Amino acid sequence: MLALENVHTYYGKSHILHGVSIEVGRGEVVGLLGRNGVGKSTTLKTTMGLVRPAEGRVVFEGKDLAGLAPHKVAHVGIAYVPEDRRIFRLLSVLENLRTGLERPGLSAERRQALLEKVYASFPVLRERRNQAGGTLSGGEQQMLAIARAMMLEPKIILLDEPTEGLMPRMVSQIREIIAILHREGVAILLVEQNVPLTLEVSSRVYIMEKGQVRHHAPAAELRGNHAVIHQYLGV
Amino acid sequence: MTVPIPIEQILVQTVNGIVSGMILALVASGLTLIFGIMDVVNFAHGELVMLGAFVGATTLASTGSFWLAFVTAALVIALFGAVLQASTLRPLLGRDPLTTILATFGISLVLQKYALWQWGPSARKIQEPITGQFHLFYLEYPWYRVATAIFAAAIIGALWLFLRRGKYGIWIRAATQDRIMASAMGIPVPLVHTLVFAIGAGMAAASGVLFGPLGGVTQTMGFDFTLRAFIVVVVGGMGNLGGSILASIFVSLLEAYASLVVSPAQAVIASFVALILTLLFRPTGLFVPTPK
Repeated sequence: MLALENVHTYYGKSHILHGVSIEVGRGEVVGLLGRNGVGKSTTLKTTMGLVRPAEGRVVFEGKDLAGLAPHKVAHVGIAYVPEDRRIFRLLSVLENLRTGLERPGLSAERRQALLEKVYASFPVLRERRNQAGGTLSGGEQQMLAIARAMMLEPKIILLDEPTEGLMPRMVSQIREIIAILHREGVAILLVEQNVPLTLEVSSRVYIMEKGQVRHHAPAAELRGNHAVIHQYLGV
Repeated sequence: MTVPIPIEQILVQTVNGIVSGMILALVASGLTLIFGIMDVVNFAHGELVMLGAFVGATTLASTGSFWLAFVTAALVIALFGAVLQASTLRPLLGRDPLTTILATFGISLVLQKYALWQWGPSARKIQEPITGQFHLFYLEYPWYRVATAIFAAAIIGALWLFLRRGKYGIWIRAATQDRIMASAMGIPVPLVHTLVFAIGAGMAAASGVLFGPLGGVTQTMGFDFTLRAFIVVVVGGMGNLGGSILASIFVSLLEAYASLVVSPAQAVIASFVALILTLLFRPTGLFVPTPK
């Protein structure tokens, strides 16, 4: 469904991605592992249209997304949950969610149904719906960021280090959310530092190093292969 | 300075300050909204006031209706603002602030010369739609002045409601806070920028027409508005709508009171002093919470 083909990305003069190729199938959860600064986040940003690839293609359902503005990428069914969450701090929780609901062709009933659905998965967001986004705790902000992405009814969510800096209890909540999304048929491209979690929820895993994909294997295979994990991730 | 200033004079100057403060607030809220969302300091903002006043004066001359002239000027200049933003500012988004400062300064010169060519050098007068006067101590105070303040307040109130409720309000506020995340949420940010610029331009034009009966309409009237609105936006906190409105009234009152002791031309110094003191001691603005 989503394919990056030989993508090269630069920030100014520094060459960040050196020909990255990644595929995510419909409804599939795919992990993207690697040390800090190997280009995992840039891979997601390039997919979202936030950074333009100098070379290569980003193909979604047969359509080349290269050069498309981010809001148009969002409209084709790709949602983005950035590493730093980027909650609209001065907007209320409900208004944060509404940023993804004010789309043409979405009936009032459907909007309400989508809200009810995320409130059911994240009861804390219902409680805090009139509170400013900036006043939420880190874990609550992460939930809001994911819930906000779900408002777009995406076919795939690009999830950038959702468990970073969260308490273990919150981490298991994120694991549950990923499972729920997977059951609903939403594909996920998951960038993580948390190796056990990634191997548990993903079907396949790509491992990046220095702006390139160095290893690609089914997650089940890596679960027993500590040598590969140790070689690329040092854990 | 032993002669005390009579209390009546102070009260009259308070009313004067609030009236001119509300007109200024109408200009400044557009300027601050544009800065907040695009990081563009629009040095042509006063020229939009001036163009609005001319379009208003021309419409009034041919139709005889002040309110029709008012609405026409706001709509025409809003549309013009949209075209201006899409053609000249959109390509410069994200560049060095100096680029957009130079670009908007250039636009202001072009618009001034255009007005000179189109409408000539002599001042136009817009006839006030409300003529009566009332007793204010020793003065016959025109009702129209009070009406402009109320009218400006109503427009600002409508803007506030527009930003609080509904889809476009959420789009504008989200894009103001985080342009990149807003676009990742599917919000058409370039369109929102154009919309905001059009709103700001329309409000500037509205102030131009409201101000017309008080100060006359000339092709050079814009600069004074740009300068005063700029002071107010800095004093109120760049991009902070509520702060700009408070600062408009604050600075106008300051000038009004200063003109009790010095000539009105010198009273302008008071606003510059306020500007300099703000930049020195509260560079984030007077009317914003202290940053933590």
